[in-house]
Amino acid sequence: MSKHQGMIVAEHETSEGSLKSYVSGFVLSIILTLGAYLMVTHHSFTADRIVGVIVGLALCQFLVQMLFFLHLGKETKPRWKLFVLLFMITVVLILVFGSIWIMNNLNYRMTPEQINTYMNNQGGGF
Amino acid sequence: MSEAANPTMGLEVSNTEQAKNAKTLFGFWVYIMTDCVLFASLFATYAVLHRSTFGGPSGETLFSLPNVLAETLILLTSSFTCGLGILSARARHKNKVLFWFLITFVLGVAFLFLELTEFRHLVITGNSWRRSAFLSAFFTLVGTHGLHISVGLLWLAVLLGKIFSKGLSKNNIRQLTLFSIFWHFLDIIWIFIFTIVYLMGALGK
Repeated sequence: MSKHQGMIVAEHETSEGSLKSYVSGFVLSIILTLGAYLMVTHHSFTADRIVGVIVGLALCQFLVQMLFFLHLGKETKPRWKLFVLLFMITVVLILVFGSIWIMNNLNYRMTPEQINTYMNNQGGGF
Repeated sequence: MSEAANPTMGLEVSNTEQAKNAKTLFGFWVYIMTDCVLFASLFATYAVLHRSTFGGPSGETLFSLPNVLAETLILLTSSFTCGLGILSARARHKNKVLFWFLITFVLGVAFLFLELTEFRHLVITGNSWRRSAFLSAFFTLVGTHGLHISVGLLWLAVLLGKIFSKGLSKNNIRQLTLFSIFWHFLDIIWIFIFTIVYLMGALGK
């Protein structure tokens, strides 16, 4: 019984991350970083398309590092870390895109005069 | 009887210790996630203000991409050597642990040096955080990351000193594991700074 449990513990320890996972994470990250860098330095597409690609590459690298460096895929059954991560991602998306949305909307709806009046009323201004 | 009871007792102790370790790791993970929210608010601020240059220069003219690529590769390599250090710690190789984490430390210092050189250059050429809303947001976002790196280096220095003088204990290994999570997390944040601030800045987006 105790031998059996010891084996489980040993297995768990090795599954936390092996040399192979760190090396593959490192190599993939370097490829993704250099790919994004070269896309920007060699203007081969329109800027809008490059932005789309490099954001995609950054998200790939986020996944690579989560899996190979932080071993998120190796978590055992009640996946609390994953749940907390997903909750955090939801909060981050609301925070970032909500702010951009609200501020762009304000920018669109206010004339420069309105902005100046508002700033002066706040005691600030340029 | 007592001899038969002892091994099970030992097992139970190590089991609860493992459960305690798992709790500590999870608690640290939750802290890291809340730190992500801090960075998210700074990213949102940057996204809103990055066009407000107030007649000053934009990222397109300010950023030196080769310098930033060097910073990125240095931080990525330090994240990798940190992982190798964790593998050595699990195999209880004290000298290898010291070796890999010392490399991590040196790479971290090199990263910080490059970042401070960039900041110094910007301030000297009159483009400090006082120049425009864009630069305020830039210095706050990148500076907060740099501050995290500095705290991480301080933490690592203390840990290395403890391991050098007192050797690898279970306590030290647990703290090294927490440090490695922190360090990998800072590398992930930097990917987004690299992409959103520097690469997209260079594209004029």
